Amino acid sequence: MTANIQKKVALFATCINDVMFPDTCMATVRLLERLGCRVCFPPQQTCCGQMFTNTGYFNEAIASVRACASAFEPYEYVVGPSGSCVGSLREQHPLLAELSGDTALQQTVKAVVDKTYELTEFLVDVLGIEDVGAYFPHTVVFHQSCHSLRVARLGDRPRRLMEKVRGLTLLPLEADDQCCGFGGTFSVKNPDLSAAMVSEKARCVAKSGAEYLVTVDNACLMNIGGALHRDGIAVRTIHLAEILCSQECERDEPHVCHPQPNRALLTHNKGEKDGRVGGGAP
Amino acid sequence: MTDARRSTQTSVRSPQHSERSGQMRDTHRSASTCDAQHSAQTRGRRTPAPPPDPLLESLPFPLAARQLLQNQQLRANLRHATHTIRSKRKSVVAELPHWEELRSAGAAMKDRALCSLDSYLEQLEANLIQNGAQVHWASDAAEAQRIVTCLIKAHGVDEVVKIKSMVTQEIELNEALEAEGIAAWETDLAELIVQLGHDRPSNILVPAIHRNRDEVREIFLREMKLYGQAAPDDLDNDPEDLAACARNHLREKFLRAKVALSGANFAVADTGTLVIVESEGNGRMCLTLPDVLISITGIEKVIPTVEDLEIVLQLLPRSSTGERMNPYTSMWTGVTPGDGPQEVHVVLVDNGRTRVLADPIGRAALRCIRCAACMHICPVYERVGGHAYGSVYPGPIGSVLTPQLRGLKSVLDKSLPYASSLCGACAEVCPVKIPLPDLLLHLRRRVVDEVKRRHVGLEQTAMRCVGWVMGSGRRFGLVGRLAGWTRIFIRRDFITHLPWLGKRWTARRDMRMPARVSFRRAWRRRARDKK
Ligand code: SF4
Repeated sequence: MTANIQKKVALFATCINDVMFPDTCMATVRLLERLGCRVCFPPQQTCCGQMFTNTGYFNEAIASVRACASAFEPYEYVVGPSGSCVGSLREQHPLLAELSGDTALQQTVKAVVDKTYELTEFLVDVLGIEDVGAYFPHTVVFHQSCHSLRVARLGDRPRRLMEKVRGLTLLPLEADDQCCGFGGTFSVKNPDLSAAMVSEKARCVAKSGAEYLVTVDNACLMNIGGALHRDGIAVRTIHLAEILCSQECERDEPHVCHPQPNRALLTHNKGEKDGRVGGGAP
Repeated sequence: MTDARRSTQTSVRSPQHSERSGQMRDTHRSASTCDAQHSAQTRGRRTPAPPPDPLLESLPFPLAARQLLQNQQLRANLRHATHTIRSKRKSVVAELPHWEELRSAGAAMKDRALCSLDSYLEQLEANLIQNGAQVHWASDAAEAQRIVTCLIKAHGVDEVVKIKSMVTQEIELNEALEAEGIAAWETDLAELIVQLGHDRPSNILVPAIHRNRDEVREIFLREMKLYGQAAPDDLDNDPEDLAACARNHLREKFLRAKVALSGANFAVADTGTLVIVESEGNGRMCLTLPDVLISITGIEKVIPTVEDLEIVLQLLPRSSTGERMNPYTSMWTGVTPGDGPQEVHVVLVDNGRTRVLADPIGRAALRCIRCAACMHICPVYERVGGHAYGSVYPGPIGSVLTPQLRGLKSVLDKSLPYASSLCGACAEVCPVKIPLPDLLLHLRRRVVDEVKRRHVGLEQTAMRCVGWVMGSGRRFGLVGRLAGWTRIFIRRDFITHLPWLGKRWTARRDMRMPARVSFRRAWRRRARDKK
């Protein structure tokens, strides 16, 4: 692991993780540091711009492309804990840059695309590690988000990483390759369909009997988690980065063993106050 | 022998007809199961009336979807059917180690055909004429309808048999013929179910995918007697029984028919050969029994050479019905003296295709070989079925093809490119590698640009504002900070009611609250603490 020292990594936090799921970003940072990387967070970054591009507002997305390009240009690697956003950066940014007519931007984007990895890709392909020394004594089901599968093409990397996590039991999830119905603005443009899709997903998750639902995309977790919460289903949601970051200690809560627990960040996965969700840990 | 049989059938046809229409009225009135609206419409018609509302005036997709989602029976039928056909496809595709290469070859071949469509079409025309066929060109639906009607009328017949064909659905040929007093009988089992059910197809491959066996049985019992050979009273809901019943009902129509209508799956330019791929044999009957064959085909069906069939005939059956090979593949090159139809017409229909071809990105949709794999795999289609798409082409391909063919004008057409969660499952299965999600995005962009040209909308303003925020890390950081402040007032982790558009989210699920401290700020604090 120490052989990877000095790999200089820029964290691509993504907008939704930055504002809604900071724990995921922090877990990514700690994990990468534990594996010997030097992690930076270039503050000019904003989002991948998918919300614009996927709604048809290509021109409006260009500002995000510029922000990403200028933020990530100086680094050796760019790593993001999101299949969807990394996929968008790699697949959509070159097109958008071309659309902008700015040749300098096109070149920068091309360079950034070539060094951008989703977290699991970076771990498996660049660092060559499948066993990250994680410990997570829980039963989980994995929702392979559509974009991580078909845009970022992560393949079985998340599963390979999960298989090496001590204590973790991966249970089968019915229709695991089916879309959860989030689809960005699809969820508000076609609310009834989106609701029908997420209901089915929540039903499958509930049926699995797992304690945790894992993905590599927090947007899907926000969607499925919201439905689980509404239905009072006691399955907790967690990003894979947080599982990979957690290590063995006296208690098996994922965040307690972080080297520098930051109380302010422990907002989400603590178990809910209203008692509807949570209590999954044995 | 065939001729003799045909002529006897023809001679009894006229009296049978007048008798039948009288009988039709009476039975129709007494048929308690048939709803009044359709009975009224059917009176005086030759064929069962389709639903009254024209497709173009259908609701925008989200509203149509809302209605259809309520129909639990429909959802159960669709789910069962799509899942069955999906897994069949998956297993037969897995048998071919070179499947990906085949897909690439299919895409490349169709691209080649489309890039020089003009010269391939001329080559096709020349070869057809040389082989005794007559070629007609139709620039739009109305022209195609006119051509076909004139051809049928020229033979003095008022009845034709039809092979399932998407383009004839697209140009609404059956209704145009009905208006001219010509009855066009669908002979494909599923199309027959749709026609007799006063319904519309909901799938390009399995038009009655939204119906289950019991519904089919009921339709046969109720309707067949009004239009010919009645269904036996003891008809079972068993597929074999239902198929036998349909066969029986259709037999007299096949034997009577002087003119047949067909589409074409492929039109081979270098030989002038048309190809029909089917499963039931009804196509073979239509292509061989009648004296006159009129084939209506979209201009994008052209493939350059006969060798190219090698690719598509492997791709199509596996992708569509999940079969290694389809039961019937019929090919005909113009007229063969003394064998089969002695008068062959080919109507080449544009109807918006040239417009699609003019769009360098959108034109990939013309590669489509109508296998329906994209709709069977689509989680959206699976839940609402084909009728929500307001066009004969449903599912992902419908969402990209229909608005292009019709020109993105109506509210419905503008809503179609958004009828997808962009999960990408369709592109993964498409045998000719149409990048359906990319096309959806391209069309969304065209929709947005078109709206922008006319006025500054609310959505556009919102997107512009958010776009401005996302242009700088500092601005976005500030927004994150403001979002965190909401936690001072709302202490729960989830909220159950959002106002305005947010209602659409919280109607079904709770919304997670933003974090008290965004990652950006946490990172800054951490850096400070480290120092
Ligand atoms: S778009 Fe592709 S998958 Fe869909 S019907 Fe056409 S060929 Fe088949």
